[in-house]
Amino acid sequence: MIRLDQVSKHFGPLVAVDRVDMEVPAGEVCVLLGPSGCGKTTTMKMINRLIEPSAGKIFVDGKDAASVDEVTLRRSIGYVIQQIGLFPNMTVEDNICVVPDLLGWPRRKSRARAADLLELVNLDPGIFLKRYPKQLSGGQQQRIGVARALAADPPVLLMDEPFGAIDPINREVIQDEFMKLQAELKKTVVFVSHDIDEAVKMASRIAIFRDGRLIQYDTPDAILARPVDAFVAEFVGSDRTLKRLRLLKVTDAMMADPPRVRAEDPIETAVKLMEEHGHASVVMVGPRGRARGVVRLEAVQGRKGVVGDHQEPLPGVVNVKSDLRTAVSEMFTHGLTWLACVDDEGFYKGYITQRGVSQALGAPYKDR
Amino acid sequence: MLLLLAVFACGAWLQAQGFLPSLLRYRGDVLYLIRGHLELAALSGALAIAVGLPLGIVLSRPRFEAYADMVIQVVNLGTTIPTLALIAIAMSVLGIGAPPAVFALFVLTLLPIVLNTVAGLRSVPGYLIEAARGMGMTPWQVLRRVELPNAVYVILAGVRTAMAINVGTVPLAFLIGGGGLGELIFTGIDLMEPTMLLAGAIPTALLAVLVDFAIGQAQFWLVPRGVNPLR
Repeated sequence: MIRLDQVSKHFGPLVAVDRVDMEVPAGEVCVLLGPSGCGKTTTMKMINRLIEPSAGKIFVDGKDAASVDEVTLRRSIGYVIQQIGLFPNMTVEDNICVVPDLLGWPRRKSRARAADLLELVNLDPGIFLKRYPKQLSGGQQQRIGVARALAADPPVLLMDEPFGAIDPINREVIQDEFMKLQAELKKTVVFVSHDIDEAVKMASRIAIFRDGRLIQYDTPDAILARPVDAFVAEFVGSDRTLKRLRLLKVTDAMMADPPRVRAEDPIETAVKLMEEHGHASVVMVGPRGRARGVVRLEAVQGRKGVVGDHQEPLPGVVNVKSDLRTAVSEMFTHGLTWLACVDDEGFYKGYITQRGVSQALGAPYKDR
Repeated sequence: MLLLLAVFACGAWLQAQGFLPSLLRYRGDVLYLIRGHLELAALSGALAIAVGLPLGIVLSRPRFEAYADMVIQVVNLGTTIPTLALIAIAMSVLGIGAPPAVFALFVLTLLPIVLNTVAGLRSVPGYLIEAARGMGMTPWQVLRRVELPNAVYVILAGVRTAMAINVGTVPLAFLIGGGGLGELIFTGIDLMEPTMLLAGAIPTALLAVLVDFAIGQAQFWLVPRGVNPLR
Protein backbone atom coordinates (compact mmCIF):
# COMPACT_ATOMS: atom_id res chain seq x y z
CA MET A 1 0.00 0.00 0.00
CA ILE A 2 2.81 2.34 0.95
CA ARG A 3 6.31 1.68 -0.31
CA LEU A 4 9.46 3.67 0.32
CA ASP A 5 12.27 3.08 -2.09
CA GLN A 6 15.72 4.40 -1.07
CA VAL A 7 14.15 7.55 0.36
CA SER A 8 16.50 10.21 1.72
CA LYS A 9 16.07 13.70 3.04
CA HIS A 10 18.88 16.20 3.48
CA PHE A 11 18.52 19.52 5.23
CA GLY A 12 21.66 21.27 4.07
CA PRO A 13 24.55 19.17 5.32
CA LEU A 14 22.33 17.32 7.78
CA VAL A 15 21.05 13.93 6.69
CA ALA A 16 17.64 13.57 8.33
CA VAL A 17 16.59 10.40 6.57
CA ASP A 18 19.11 8.09 4.99
CA ARG A 19 18.12 5.67 2.20
CA VAL A 20 15.09 4.13 3.83
CA ASP A 21 13.41 1.13 2.23
CA MET A 22 10.18 -0.13 3.66
CA GLU A 23 6.78 -1.38 2.69
CA VAL A 24 3.55 -1.12 4.65
CA PRO A 25 0.99 -3.67 3.48
CA ALA A 26 -2.65 -2.59 3.23
CA GLY A 27 -4.60 -2.75 6.47
CA GLU A 28 -1.57 -2.82 8.74
CA VAL A 29 -0.50 -0.42 11.45
CA CYS A 30 3.15 0.48 11.03
CA VAL A 31 4.66 2.32 13.97
CA LEU A 32 7.75 4.41 13.27
CA LEU A 33 9.67 4.34 16.50
CA GLY A 34 12.84 5.97 17.73
CA PRO A 35 14.32 8.70 19.89
CA SER A 36 13.67 12.32 18.95
CA GLY A 37 15.57 13.53 15.92
CA CYS A 38 15.86 10.03 14.46
CA GLY A 39 13.99 10.91 11.26
CA LYS A 40 10.72 9.12 11.96
CA THR A 41 8.54 12.21 11.68
CA THR A 42 10.37 13.41 8.59
CA THR A 43 9.83 9.99 7.02
CA MET A 44 6.12 10.15 7.75
CA LYS A 45 5.75 13.69 6.42
CA MET A 46 7.37 12.68 3.16
CA ILE A 47 4.50 10.29 2.54
CA ASN A 48 1.98 13.13 2.18
CA ARG A 49 4.70 15.41 0.83
CA LEU A 50 4.59 17.95 3.62
CA ILE A 51 8.31 17.40 3.21
CA GLU A 52 9.67 16.63 -0.24
CA PRO A 53 12.22 13.79 -0.33
CA SER A 54 15.70 14.72 -1.54
CA ALA A 55 16.10 11.33 -3.19
CA GLY A 56 14.21 8.12 -3.64
CA LYS A 57 10.62 7.33 -4.43
CA ILE A 58 7.47 6.86 -2.41
CA PHE A 59 4.55 4.88 -3.73
CA VAL A 60 1.10 5.23 -2.24
CA ASP A 61 -1.42 2.71 -3.50
CA GLY A 62 0.91 1.81 -6.34
CA LYS A 63 1.27 5.38 -7.59
CA ASP A 64 4.43 7.46 -7.35
CA ALA A 65 3.51 10.17 -4.84
CA ALA A 66 5.69 12.70 -6.67
CA SER A 67 3.59 12.30 -9.81
CA VAL A 68 0.30 13.09 -8.05
CA ASP A 69 -0.75 16.67 -7.35
CA GLU A 70 0.22 17.24 -3.71
CA VAL A 71 -3.14 18.72 -2.72
CA THR A 72 -5.01 15.78 -4.25
CA LEU A 73 -2.60 13.37 -2.58
CA ARG A 74 -3.11 14.91 0.85
CA ARG A 75 -6.88 14.90 0.56
CA SER A 76 -6.70 11.15 0.04
CA ILE A 77 -4.61 10.60 3.18
CA GLY A 78 -5.97 11.15 6.69
CA TYR A 79 -3.68 13.20 8.89
CA VAL A 80 -3.64 13.40 12.69
CA ILE A 81 -1.04 15.44 14.60
CA GLN A 82 0.07 15.50 18.20
CA GLN A 83 -1.23 19.02 18.85
CA ILE A 84 -4.54 17.79 17.41
CA GLY A 85 -4.88 20.97 15.38
CA LEU A 86 -8.64 21.34 15.43
CA PHE A 87 -9.43 24.74 13.94
CA PRO A 88 -10.65 26.89 16.84
CA ASN A 89 -12.73 29.10 14.57
CA MET A 90 -14.88 26.18 13.42
CA THR A 91 -17.43 24.02 15.19
CA VAL A 92 -16.73 20.34 15.70
CA GLU A 93 -19.01 19.60 12.75
CA ASP A 94 -17.16 21.98 10.42
CA ASN A 95 -13.82 20.64 11.61
CA ILE A 96 -14.80 17.08 10.75
CA CYS A 97 -16.12 18.23 7.38
CA VAL A 98 -12.94 20.05 6.33
CA VAL A 99 -11.79 17.48 3.80
CA PRO A 100 -15.30 16.57 2.51
CA ASP A 101 -15.87 20.29 1.98
CA LEU A 102 -12.56 20.62 0.14
CA LEU A 103 -13.62 17.68 -2.03
CA GLY A 104 -16.94 19.40 -2.72
CA TRP A 105 -19.26 16.85 -1.14
CA PRO A 106 -22.91 17.93 -0.91
CA ARG A 107 -23.48 19.60 2.44
CA ARG A 108 -26.15 17.18 3.57
CA LYS A 109 -23.94 14.18 2.92
CA SER A 110 -20.90 15.62 4.72
CA ARG A 111 -22.90 16.75 7.77
CA ALA A 112 -24.55 13.33 8.04
CA ARG A 113 -21.08 11.80 7.84
CA ALA A 114 -19.88 14.06 10.66
CA ALA A 115 -22.68 12.81 12.92
CA ASP A 116 -21.87 9.17 12.06
CA LEU A 117 -18.18 9.71 12.78
CA LEU A 118 -18.90 11.23 16.18
CA GLU A 119 -20.88 8.10 17.05
CA LEU A 120 -17.94 6.04 15.84
CA VAL A 121 -15.55 7.75 18.25
CA ASN A 122 -18.03 7.46 21.12
CA LEU A 123 -19.14 11.07 21.33
CA ASP A 124 -22.80 12.09 21.28
CA PRO A 125 -23.49 14.07 18.08
CA GLY A 126 -26.42 15.84 19.73
CA ILE A 127 -24.07 17.35 22.28
CA PHE A 128 -20.85 17.83 20.37
CA LEU A 129 -21.59 18.74 16.73
CA LYS A 130 -22.17 22.43 17.40
CA ARG A 131 -19.48 22.87 20.04
CA TYR A 132 -16.20 24.68 19.55
CA PRO A 133 -12.87 22.97 20.21
CA LYS A 134 -12.11 25.16 23.23
CA GLN A 135 -15.17 23.70 24.96
CA LEU A 136 -13.75 20.16 24.83
CA SER A 137 -11.27 18.18 26.91
CA GLY A 138 -7.99 16.98 25.38
CA GLY A 139 -9.26 13.43 24.98
CA GLN A 140 -12.46 14.57 23.29
CA GLN A 141 -10.47 16.84 21.00
CA GLN A 142 -8.24 14.02 19.84
CA ARG A 143 -11.22 11.73 19.25
CA ILE A 144 -12.51 14.44 16.95
CA GLY A 145 -9.05 14.75 15.43
CA VAL A 146 -9.27 11.06 14.51
CA ALA A 147 -12.84 11.47 13.25
CA ARG A 148 -11.71 14.38 11.08
CA ALA A 149 -8.95 12.30 9.54
CA LEU A 150 -11.46 9.57 8.73
CA ALA A 151 -14.06 11.95 7.29
CA ALA A 152 -13.50 11.34 3.60
CA ASP A 153 -12.79 7.65 4.23
CA PRO A 154 -9.16 7.72 3.08
CA PRO A 155 -7.42 4.34 2.73
CA VAL A 156 -4.29 5.65 4.44
CA LEU A 157 -3.88 7.41 7.79
CA LEU A 158 -0.79 9.24 8.95
CA MET A 159 -0.64 9.82 12.69
CA ASP A 160 2.10 11.89 14.29
CA GLU A 161 2.26 10.93 17.99
CA PRO A 162 -1.51 11.38 18.10
CA PHE A 163 -1.99 10.34 21.71
CA GLY A 164 1.20 11.86 23.12
CA ALA A 165 -0.45 14.91 24.65
CA ILE A 166 -3.21 13.01 26.44
CA ASP A 167 -3.00 11.96 30.09
CA PRO A 168 -1.99 8.30 30.60
CA ILE A 169 -5.41 7.02 31.67
CA ASN A 170 -7.27 8.56 28.77
CA ARG A 171 -4.45 7.56 26.43
CA GLU A 172 -5.01 3.87 27.18
CA VAL A 173 -8.74 4.30 26.59
CA ILE A 174 -8.27 6.12 23.30
CA GLN A 175 -5.66 3.63 22.13
CA ASP A 176 -8.09 0.79 22.81
CA GLU A 177 -10.88 2.63 21.04
CA PHE A 178 -8.66 3.28 18.09
CA MET A 179 -7.61 -0.36 17.85
CA LYS A 180 -11.26 -1.40 17.88
CA LEU A 181 -11.96 1.11 15.15
CA GLN A 182 -8.97 -0.07 13.15
CA ALA A 183 -10.03 -3.71 13.42
CA GLU A 184 -13.25 -2.64 11.76
CA LEU A 185 -11.99 -0.11 9.21
CA LYS A 186 -8.70 -1.81 8.24
CA LYS A 187 -6.93 1.38 7.23
CA THR A 188 -3.27 1.40 6.35
CA VAL A 189 -1.79 3.41 9.20
CA VAL A 190 1.63 4.96 9.57
CA PHE A 191 1.97 5.97 13.18
CA VAL A 192 4.87 7.91 14.69
CA SER A 193 5.65 7.23 18.33
CA HIS A 194 8.53 7.32 20.78
CA ASP A 195 6.79 5.04 23.24
CA ILE A 196 7.74 1.39 22.92
CA ASP A 197 4.69 0.28 24.94
CA GLU A 198 2.37 2.16 22.64
CA ALA A 199 4.15 0.67 19.64
CA VAL A 200 3.89 -2.88 20.95
CA LYS A 201 0.23 -2.35 21.66
CA MET A 202 -0.79 -0.78 18.35
CA ALA A 203 1.61 -2.05 15.73
CA SER A 204 1.40 -4.90 13.33
CA ARG A 205 4.91 -3.83 12.35
CA ILE A 206 7.45 -1.62 14.04
CA ALA A 207 10.15 0.34 12.23
CA ILE A 208 12.97 1.43 14.50
CA PHE A 209 14.90 4.50 13.39
CA ARG A 210 18.21 5.85 14.50
CA ASP A 211 20.04 8.85 13.05
CA GLY A 212 17.91 8.78 9.93
CA ARG A 213 18.41 5.09 9.29
CA LEU A 214 15.90 2.31 9.46
CA ILE A 215 17.58 -0.13 11.82
CA GLN A 216 14.98 -2.83 12.14
CA TYR A 217 11.58 -3.36 10.56
CA ASP A 218 9.66 -6.30 11.90
CA THR A 219 6.68 -7.50 13.89
CA PRO A 220 6.54 -6.30 17.50
CA ASP A 221 7.22 -9.81 18.78
CA ALA A 222 10.27 -10.25 16.57
CA ILE A 223 11.62 -6.83 17.57
CA LEU A 224 11.25 -7.68 21.24
CA ALA A 225 12.53 -11.22 20.87
CA ARG A 226 15.40 -10.59 18.46
CA PRO A 227 16.61 -6.99 18.46
CA VAL A 228 19.22 -6.71 15.72
CA ASP A 229 21.70 -4.69 17.71
CA ALA A 230 22.48 -3.20 21.10
CA PHE A 231 20.72 0.06 20.24
CA VAL A 232 17.43 -1.63 19.51
CA ALA A 233 17.81 -3.89 22.54
CA GLU A 234 18.38 -0.89 24.74
CA PHE A 235 15.60 1.11 23.14
CA VAL A 236 12.98 -1.56 23.63
CA GLY A 237 14.10 -1.92 27.24
CA SER A 238 15.77 -4.52 29.41
CA ASP A 239 12.34 -5.89 30.27
CA ARG A 240 11.63 -6.59 26.63
CA THR A 241 10.85 -10.23 27.27
CA LEU A 242 8.20 -9.24 29.79
CA LYS A 243 6.73 -6.86 27.20
CA ARG A 244 6.23 -9.84 24.94
CA LEU A 245 3.76 -11.24 27.48
CA ARG A 246 1.28 -8.79 26.13
CA LEU A 247 1.77 -9.97 22.56
CA LEU A 248 1.42 -13.70 23.25
CA LYS A 249 -1.99 -15.18 23.84
CA VAL A 250 -2.89 -17.83 26.37
CA THR A 251 -3.34 -20.27 23.48
CA ASP A 252 0.37 -19.85 22.61
CA ALA A 253 1.44 -21.44 25.89
CA MET A 254 -1.59 -23.59 26.65
CA MET A 255 -1.60 -27.38 26.80
CA ALA A 256 -4.66 -28.20 24.79
CA ASP A 257 -6.90 -31.27 25.04
CA PRO A 258 -6.04 -31.89 28.68
CA PRO A 259 -7.03 -34.88 30.80
CA ARG A 260 -10.28 -34.35 32.70
CA VAL A 261 -12.67 -36.22 34.91
CA ARG A 262 -16.39 -36.06 35.62
CA ALA A 263 -18.14 -35.88 38.94
CA GLU A 264 -19.50 -39.42 38.66
CA ASP A 265 -16.14 -41.02 37.76
CA PRO A 266 -14.62 -43.23 40.48
CA ILE A 267 -11.58 -41.84 42.30
CA GLU A 268 -9.44 -44.68 40.96
CA THR A 269 -9.91 -43.36 37.41
CA ALA A 270 -8.77 -39.93 38.45
CA VAL A 271 -5.70 -41.27 40.28
CA LYS A 272 -4.79 -43.44 37.33
CA LEU A 273 -5.17 -40.49 34.94
CA MET A 274 -2.93 -38.28 37.06
CA GLU A 275 -0.25 -40.92 37.44
CA GLU A 276 -0.39 -41.56 33.72
CA HIS A 277 0.24 -37.87 32.93
CA GLY A 278 2.49 -37.22 35.90
CA HIS A 279 0.12 -34.51 37.16
CA ALA A 280 -0.54 -33.53 40.75
CA SER A 281 -4.14 -32.62 40.03
CA VAL A 282 -6.85 -32.94 37.42
CA VAL A 283 -9.74 -30.68 36.49
CA MET A 284 -13.27 -31.92 36.97
CA VAL A 285 -15.73 -30.85 34.30
CA GLY A 286 -19.51 -30.69 34.22
CA PRO A 287 -21.69 -32.79 31.96
CA ARG A 288 -21.13 -30.52 28.95
CA GLY A 289 -17.47 -29.81 29.57
CA ARG A 290 -17.48 -26.66 31.70
CA ALA A 291 -14.64 -26.49 34.23
CA ARG A 292 -16.16 -27.07 37.67
CA GLY A 293 -13.45 -27.99 40.12
CA VAL A 294 -10.21 -29.80 40.75
CA VAL A 295 -9.07 -33.05 42.36
CA ARG A 296 -5.61 -33.19 43.92
CA LEU A 297 -3.63 -36.44 43.86
CA GLU A 298 -2.35 -35.87 47.39
CA ALA A 299 -5.87 -35.52 48.76
CA VAL A 300 -7.45 -38.52 47.09
CA GLN A 301 -4.74 -41.17 46.89
CA GLY A 302 -6.01 -44.42 48.40
CA ARG A 303 -9.50 -43.05 48.96
CA LYS A 304 -12.69 -44.60 47.65
CA GLY A 305 -15.82 -43.07 46.16
CA VAL A 306 -16.52 -40.78 43.22
CA VAL A 307 -14.67 -37.65 42.12
CA GLY A 308 -17.61 -35.40 43.00
CA ASP A 309 -17.13 -36.10 46.73
CA HIS A 310 -13.49 -35.05 46.79
CA GLN A 311 -13.42 -32.08 44.42
CA GLU A 312 -12.10 -28.68 45.49
CA PRO A 313 -12.84 -25.32 43.91
CA LEU A 314 -10.63 -24.33 40.97
CA PRO A 315 -7.74 -22.21 42.23
CA GLY A 316 -7.37 -20.07 39.14
CA VAL A 317 -9.02 -19.67 35.75
CA VAL A 318 -8.06 -17.62 32.72
CA ASN A 319 -9.84 -16.94 29.44
CA VAL A 320 -8.11 -18.46 26.40
CA LYS A 321 -8.40 -15.12 24.60
CA SER A 322 -6.45 -13.19 27.22
CA ASP A 323 -2.81 -12.31 26.74
CA LEU A 324 -0.09 -13.99 28.74
CA ARG A 325 0.39 -10.86 30.81
CA THR A 326 -3.07 -11.37 32.30
CA ALA A 327 -2.38 -15.07 32.85
CA VAL A 328 0.95 -14.51 34.57
CA SER A 329 -0.52 -11.76 36.70
CA GLU A 330 -3.29 -14.14 37.75
CA MET A 331 -0.73 -16.82 38.67
CA PHE A 332 1.37 -14.43 40.72
CA THR A 333 -1.66 -12.91 42.42
CA HIS A 334 -2.80 -16.28 43.75
CA GLY A 335 0.64 -17.88 44.05
CA LEU A 336 -0.19 -20.64 41.58
CA THR A 337 1.94 -22.63 39.16
CA TRP A 338 -0.90 -23.40 36.78
CA LEU A 339 -4.26 -22.08 35.61
CA ALA A 340 -7.21 -23.71 33.94
CA CYS A 341 -8.04 -22.11 30.59
CA VAL A 342 -11.67 -21.68 29.62
CA ASP A 343 -13.43 -20.06 26.70
CA ASP A 344 -16.12 -17.39 26.87
CA GLU A 345 -18.75 -20.00 27.72
CA GLY A 346 -16.69 -21.48 30.54
CA PHE A 347 -15.77 -24.70 28.69
CA TYR A 348 -12.50 -26.24 29.79
CA LYS A 349 -9.99 -25.90 26.96
CA GLY A 350 -6.63 -26.61 28.51
CA TYR A 351 -4.23 -25.51 31.19
CA ILE A 352 -1.31 -23.18 31.31
CA THR A 353 1.72 -23.59 33.57
CA GLN A 354 4.55 -21.26 34.55
CA ARG A 355 6.88 -23.58 32.71
CA GLY A 356 4.73 -23.40 29.62
CA VAL A 357 4.87 -19.60 29.76
CA SER A 358 8.66 -19.65 30.12
CA GLN A 359 8.94 -22.00 27.18
CA ALA A 360 6.67 -19.88 25.01
CA LEU A 361 8.71 -16.77 25.82
CA GLY A 362 11.97 -18.63 25.41
CA ALA A 363 11.12 -20.29 22.11
CA PRO A 364 12.51 -17.54 19.85
CA TYR A 365 15.85 -17.57 21.72
CA LYS A 366 16.47 -21.31 21.42
CA ASP A 367 17.64 -21.38 17.83
CA ARG A 368 20.45 -18.90 18.45
CA MET B 1 -27.56 57.08 38.17
CA LEU B 2 -25.27 59.48 39.92
CA LEU B 3 -23.49 60.05 36.63
CA LEU B 4 -26.75 60.79 34.88
CA LEU B 5 -27.64 63.30 37.58
CA ALA B 6 -24.23 64.93 37.21
CA VAL B 7 -24.64 65.21 33.46
CA PHE B 8 -28.09 66.63 33.91
CA ALA B 9 -26.88 69.16 36.49
CA CYS B 10 -24.01 70.10 34.21
CA GLY B 11 -26.40 70.61 31.30
CA ALA B 12 -28.74 72.73 33.41
CA TRP B 13 -25.87 74.88 34.58
CA LEU B 14 -24.59 75.38 31.03
CA GLN B 15 -28.10 76.23 29.92
CA ALA B 16 -28.31 78.87 32.65
CA GLN B 17 -24.99 80.34 31.48
CA GLY B 18 -26.41 80.69 27.98
CA PHE B 19 -23.71 78.36 26.71
CA LEU B 20 -25.85 75.70 25.04
CA PRO B 21 -27.92 78.08 22.93
CA SER B 22 -24.74 79.71 21.65
CA LEU B 23 -23.28 76.30 20.92
CA LEU B 24 -26.38 75.40 18.96
CA ARG B 25 -25.85 78.50 16.84
CA TYR B 26 -23.16 76.54 15.05
CA ARG B 27 -25.45 73.59 14.34
CA GLY B 28 -25.54 74.16 10.59
CA ASP B 29 -21.74 74.51 10.38
CA VAL B 30 -21.17 71.46 12.57
CA LEU B 31 -23.42 69.24 10.49
CA TYR B 32 -21.78 70.39 7.29
CA LEU B 33 -18.25 69.97 8.65
CA ILE B 34 -18.97 66.56 10.17
CA ARG B 35 -19.70 65.33 6.67
CA GLY B 36 -16.35 66.56 5.40
CA HIS B 37 -14.66 65.23 8.50
CA LEU B 38 -16.12 61.77 8.00
CA GLU B 39 -15.28 61.81 4.31
CA LEU B 40 -11.63 62.48 5.07
CA ALA B 41 -11.54 59.80 7.76
CA ALA B 42 -13.41 57.24 5.67
CA LEU B 43 -11.36 57.81 2.55
CA SER B 44 -7.98 57.70 4.29
CA GLY B 45 -9.09 54.82 6.49
CA ALA B 46 -10.39 52.78 3.57
CA LEU B 47 -7.15 53.39 1.68
CA ALA B 48 -5.11 52.35 4.72
CA ILE B 49 -7.11 49.15 5.13
CA ALA B 50 -6.96 48.45 1.40
CA VAL B 51 -3.17 48.77 1.46
CA GLY B 52 -2.37 47.66 5.00
CA LEU B 53 -4.26 44.38 5.04
CA PRO B 54 -2.72 42.91 1.88
CA LEU B 55 0.67 44.30 2.88
CA GLY B 56 0.37 42.63 6.27
CA ILE B 57 -0.68 39.35 4.67
CA VAL B 58 2.22 39.43 2.23
CA LEU B 59 4.69 40.28 5.00
CA SER B 60 3.50 37.36 7.09
CA ARG B 61 4.20 34.81 4.30
CA PRO B 62 7.31 32.80 5.11
CA ARG B 63 8.83 33.83 1.79
CA PHE B 64 8.87 37.50 2.76
CA GLU B 65 9.65 37.02 6.41
CA ALA B 66 13.15 38.44 5.93
CA TYR B 67 11.74 41.70 4.57
CA ALA B 68 8.93 41.98 7.09
CA ASP B 69 10.92 43.70 9.80
CA MET B 70 12.49 46.09 7.31
CA VAL B 71 9.15 47.14 5.86
CA ILE B 72 7.62 47.48 9.31
CA GLN B 73 10.51 49.80 10.24
CA VAL B 74 9.76 51.99 7.24
CA VAL B 75 6.06 52.08 8.03
CA ASN B 76 6.99 52.81 11.62
CA LEU B 77 8.96 55.81 10.45
CA GLY B 78 5.74 57.20 8.96
CA THR B 79 4.24 57.18 12.42
CA THR B 80 7.23 58.56 14.31
CA ILE B 81 7.22 61.68 12.16
CA PRO B 82 5.04 64.14 14.07
CA THR B 83 1.62 64.34 12.50
CA LEU B 84 1.92 68.07 11.92
CA ALA B 85 5.24 67.65 10.10
CA LEU B 86 3.73 64.83 8.06
CA ILE B 87 0.89 67.10 6.99
CA ALA B 88 3.33 69.87 6.14
CA ILE B 89 5.43 67.53 4.03
CA ALA B 90 2.34 66.19 2.28
CA MET B 91 1.27 69.74 1.50
CA SER B 92 4.65 70.71 0.07
CA VAL B 93 4.48 67.77 -2.31
CA LEU B 94 0.77 67.45 -3.08
CA GLY B 95 -0.30 71.09 -2.66
CA ILE B 96 -3.21 72.15 -0.48
CA GLY B 97 -6.70 70.76 -0.18
CA ALA B 98 -8.07 67.32 0.59
CA PRO B 99 -5.58 65.01 -1.24
CA PRO B 100 -2.51 65.79 0.89
CA ALA B 101 -4.69 65.57 4.01
CA VAL B 102 -5.96 62.16 2.96
CA PHE B 103 -2.41 61.06 2.22
CA ALA B 104 -1.08 62.18 5.58
CA LEU B 105 -3.94 60.50 7.42
CA PHE B 106 -3.39 57.36 5.34
CA VAL B 107 0.26 57.14 6.35
CA LEU B 108 -0.68 57.65 9.96
CA THR B 109 -3.36 54.96 9.89
CA LEU B 110 -1.35 52.42 7.97
CA LEU B 111 1.04 51.31 10.69
CA PRO B 112 -1.33 49.91 13.31
CA ILE B 113 -3.17 48.04 10.58
CA VAL B 114 -0.07 46.48 9.04
CA LEU B 115 1.43 45.77 12.43
CA ASN B 116 -1.65 44.04 13.77
CA THR B 117 -2.24 42.10 10.57
CA VAL B 118 1.29 40.72 10.74
CA ALA B 119 1.09 40.07 14.47
CA GLY B 120 -2.34 38.44 14.15
CA LEU B 121 -1.29 36.14 11.34
CA ARG B 122 1.98 35.26 13.04
CA SER B 123 0.16 34.31 16.21
CA VAL B 124 -1.75 31.56 14.40
CA PRO B 125 0.02 28.43 15.72
CA GLY B 126 2.22 26.65 13.19
CA TYR B 127 0.59 23.31 13.86
CA LEU B 128 -2.80 24.65 12.73
CA ILE B 129 -1.27 25.63 9.42
CA GLU B 130 0.46 22.26 9.18
CA ALA B 131 -2.78 20.44 9.91
CA ALA B 132 -4.52 22.50 7.25
CA ARG B 133 -1.81 21.79 4.68
CA GLY B 134 -1.68 18.15 5.65
CA MET B 135 -5.38 17.80 4.98
CA GLY B 136 -4.94 19.17 1.50
CA MET B 137 -5.75 22.89 1.64
CA THR B 138 -4.11 25.09 -0.95
CA PRO B 139 -2.11 28.05 0.44
CA TRP B 140 -5.02 30.34 -0.43
CA GLN B 141 -7.48 28.08 1.40
CA VAL B 142 -5.18 27.93 4.42
CA LEU B 143 -5.15 31.74 4.50
CA ARG B 144 -8.88 32.18 4.02
CA ARG B 145 -10.22 29.32 6.13
CA VAL B 146 -7.66 29.06 8.88
CA GLU B 147 -5.24 31.96 9.16
CA LEU B 148 -7.54 34.96 8.64
CA PRO B 149 -10.43 33.70 10.82
CA ASN B 150 -7.99 33.05 13.64
CA ALA B 151 -6.24 36.41 13.22
CA VAL B 152 -9.25 38.60 12.49
CA TYR B 153 -9.73 39.63 16.12
CA VAL B 154 -6.23 41.06 16.35
CA ILE B 155 -6.50 42.60 12.88
CA LEU B 156 -9.73 44.37 13.77
CA ALA B 157 -8.14 45.59 17.01
CA GLY B 158 -5.52 47.27 14.80
CA VAL B 159 -8.19 48.83 12.60
CA ARG B 160 -9.99 50.04 15.70
CA THR B 161 -6.92 51.78 17.12
CA ALA B 162 -5.99 53.18 13.72
CA MET B 163 -9.42 54.64 13.05
CA ALA B 164 -9.71 56.19 16.50
CA ILE B 165 -6.40 57.95 15.91
CA ASN B 166 -7.46 58.86 12.39
CA VAL B 167 -10.76 60.51 13.37
CA GLY B 168 -9.05 62.35 16.19
CA THR B 169 -6.36 63.68 13.87
CA VAL B 170 -8.59 64.84 11.02
CA PRO B 171 -8.95 68.38 12.50
CA LEU B 172 -5.30 69.02 11.59
CA ALA B 173 -6.32 68.70 7.93
CA PHE B 174 -7.82 72.18 8.21
CA LEU B 175 -4.28 73.59 8.38
CA ILE B 176 -3.69 72.63 4.76
CA GLY B 177 -7.20 73.43 3.62
CA GLY B 178 -8.52 69.92 3.90
CA GLY B 179 -11.74 70.83 5.70
CA GLY B 180 -13.38 68.97 8.58
CA LEU B 181 -14.22 70.01 12.11
CA GLY B 182 -10.76 71.50 12.49
CA GLU B 183 -12.20 74.59 10.87
CA LEU B 184 -14.25 75.39 13.97
CA ILE B 185 -11.50 74.38 16.38
CA PHE B 186 -8.67 76.39 14.88
CA THR B 187 -10.85 79.36 14.02
CA GLY B 188 -12.19 79.25 17.57
CA ILE B 189 -8.65 79.32 18.91
CA ASP B 190 -7.67 82.19 16.65
CA LEU B 191 -10.74 84.22 17.53
CA MET B 192 -10.47 83.36 21.24
CA GLU B 193 -13.99 82.01 20.98
CA PRO B 194 -14.30 79.01 23.28
CA THR B 195 -17.85 78.24 22.20
CA MET B 196 -16.80 77.91 18.58
CA LEU B 197 -13.81 75.83 19.60
CA LEU B 198 -16.00 73.49 21.60
CA ALA B 199 -18.52 73.29 18.77
CA GLY B 200 -15.68 71.66 16.82
CA ALA B 201 -13.96 69.76 19.61
CA ILE B 202 -16.98 68.05 21.17
CA PRO B 203 -18.26 66.52 17.90
CA THR B 204 -14.71 65.44 17.09
CA ALA B 205 -14.45 63.61 20.38
CA LEU B 206 -17.91 62.12 19.97
CA LEU B 207 -17.06 60.94 16.47
CA ALA B 208 -13.91 59.22 17.70
CA VAL B 209 -15.88 57.44 20.41
CA LEU B 210 -18.61 56.52 17.95
CA VAL B 211 -16.21 55.09 15.38
CA ASP B 212 -14.45 53.13 18.10
CA PHE B 213 -17.80 51.76 19.26
CA ALA B 214 -18.84 50.83 15.73
CA ILE B 215 -15.65 48.89 15.06
CA GLY B 216 -15.95 47.30 18.49
CA GLN B 217 -19.37 46.04 17.44
CA ALA B 218 -17.94 44.76 14.19
CA GLN B 219 -15.32 42.91 16.22
CA PHE B 220 -18.00 41.37 18.37
CA TRP B 221 -20.12 40.13 15.48
CA LEU B 222 -17.59 39.38 12.74
CA VAL B 223 -15.03 37.35 14.68
CA PRO B 224 -15.98 33.63 14.68
CA ARG B 225 -17.38 32.50 17.99
CA GLY B 226 -14.76 29.86 18.67
CA VAL B 227 -11.93 32.42 18.70
CA ASN B 228 -13.82 35.46 19.97
CA PRO B 229 -12.77 36.38 23.49
CA LEU B 230 -15.76 38.73 23.70
CA ARG B 231 -18.40 36.04 23.52
